[in-house]
Amino acid sequence: MPKGLRAMDGSALLVKGVGYVFITLFSAACLIPFVIIVSSSLTTESSILRHGFNLWPREFTWFAYQIVFENPRLIVGSYVVTFCLTAVGTAVGLFLIAMTGYALQRPDFVYRNHISFFIYFTTLFSGGLVPFYLLITRYLHLKDNYLAVLLPGLMTPFLVIMMKTFVRSIPHAITESAKIDGAGDFTIFLRLILPMSTPALATIGLFLAIGYWNEWYHSMLFLSSNVEYRPLQLFLYNVITSAEFIRNSAAASNVEPRNVPLESMKMATAVVATGPVILFYPLVQRYFIKGITVGAVKG
Amino acid sequence: MTSGETAVRPVSAAGSARGGKRMARLWRHRSLLLMCAPAIVFFLIFAYLPMPGLYLAFIQFNYADGIFRSPFVGWDNFRFLVMTGDLWKLTFNTVAYNLAFIVLGNLLQVLVAVLLNEIRRKWFKKVTQTIMFLPFFISPVLIGLLAYNILSYDYGLLNQWIQSFGGEPVQTYSNPYVWPYIIVFTFLWQMTGYGSIIYFAAIMGLDSEIVEAAEIDGANALQRIRYIILPWLKPTFIILLLFSLGGVLKGNFGLFYNLVGANNTALYSTTDIIETYVFRSLMVHFNFSMGSAVSLYQSVFGFAIVVTANWLVKKISPENSLF
Repeated sequence: MPKGLRAMDGSALLVKGVGYVFITLFSAACLIPFVIIVSSSLTTESSILRHGFNLWPREFTWFAYQIVFENPRLIVGSYVVTFCLTAVGTAVGLFLIAMTGYALQRPDFVYRNHISFFIYFTTLFSGGLVPFYLLITRYLHLKDNYLAVLLPGLMTPFLVIMMKTFVRSIPHAITESAKIDGAGDFTIFLRLILPMSTPALATIGLFLAIGYWNEWYHSMLFLSSNVEYRPLQLFLYNVITSAEFIRNSAAASNVEPRNVPLESMKMATAVVATGPVILFYPLVQRYFIKGITVGAVKG
Repeated sequence: MTSGETAVRPVSAAGSARGGKRMARLWRHRSLLLMCAPAIVFFLIFAYLPMPGLYLAFIQFNYADGIFRSPFVGWDNFRFLVMTGDLWKLTFNTVAYNLAFIVLGNLLQVLVAVLLNEIRRKWFKKVTQTIMFLPFFISPVLIGLLAYNILSYDYGLLNQWIQSFGGEPVQTYSNPYVWPYIIVFTFLWQMTGYGSIIYFAAIMGLDSEIVEAAEIDGANALQRIRYIILPWLKPTFIILLLFSLGGVLKGNFGLFYNLVGANNTALYSTTDIIETYVFRSLMVHFNFSMGSAVSLYQSVFGFAIVVTANWLVKKISPENSLF
């Protein structure tokens, strides 16, 4: 692009200036709340009570983290539960979504439109929360069972459609020539299509994984009462909303209940529960970007 | 079985031949059908099985009698929702919030995408895009906590700032009138980075020769944006807008519930949406029938809206329509 033309252009300077300022401010706004959380988790409780939350720790301490990890049974249990749910849910869900997506984009599969609509229709009409709740608790008897969180998250119409769109870019000729060589549909899917669709699998796998890691709704509905090791986000929710819950979970440590740093412990728990996602996502965000740009256009 | 039937009653030969053909076709596609079977079973159980449960909306459900022996009350639950004004309030809140999310959200996303495109420094673009994407990855629970850090009366950053300028601290969590702003702001904060990606990708798809030709013809940066980039984004904007309009009756439960708090009744007048109402009628009031009535209303009207939105999309751009 001819540089000289740009330089003469006064409005270009204006647009650029506005661009840098606006984008910088917006990015700062996106970041600041996280800075507050981290800094508050490292601040003494008395400082928070006196001065409030801050962008930097006024009186630095590791105390909140010490209490969180002094008696790590509950939080480690939560980590294990969430990690297992994420791993199993993502693996199983990804396999099922890929298999369905492949079958539904096969041009020679005469039922593909019927089944696609069968799946898509669930986004148009739903029974709502109450019947779903009754189904899980009264008919499937999954209350206080981790399956109540694992199963409903395995597939979404959105991800099936996204998979379909991805796989469509693999030439149908590959399937056809493999058929001539005598391979069955499932073999073709497993041996040829799956290895060729690693970018799609990464994208959809990450959408599933982030969904399970951040899962809180179904956990709150079905695992709130009698489950000792709660999924991480439900654990965090309990810590945030109930001082009693914090005192109980800190009970085994040698801190007197009234000395438990309630506010900074909320923040420390939030950091521990969210840390992995924040460290991990910059490495994988390009897969999300791919998924968004593909998924935005309909399947 | 089909062949036996043909032998006994030759009249229906044509019909059963068709049936036989259908069986043969099913058989020929058995492996692909089998591959779809888990998905079919999944959606059958978790999405279709609850649908008949909306019958709850027409009875006065009590746990002892169960669904089938609870008294049938017809439209009474709906009548109650209309008479108390709840239905109107919920519809208004849900729709108004969604309209604000959709319109302001898309405008802000376009703005961010256009401005990012003007910035040439690669590292700056990369770093800011990554940061703006961050809020998309966190759970609604954490969003509630982030808001609390800023809005809390005693410890929040907002009141510290207000006080350092000599103002009186504000009681955010008991003032319903500020919440529409807070909720819309939080939504924009969380979704702008994510949403701008679509528009940014669309701008990338713009033929750079057109832009260069315009520059040679003397178009300045503002004219380039006004007459080339924005018109180029218009179809994407309209399609995304219409799609989102289809979901205008669906609320984001996690966002509202975690921002407002589980039982902050003082804020319900401006923050109660369909999802939070249904949740409360289930988990707090155990009024299963009232919750179902609201859900049924939401599903039926939501369905009508999607069909309308899709009809509009079809008129504007047939290749983008959903069905």
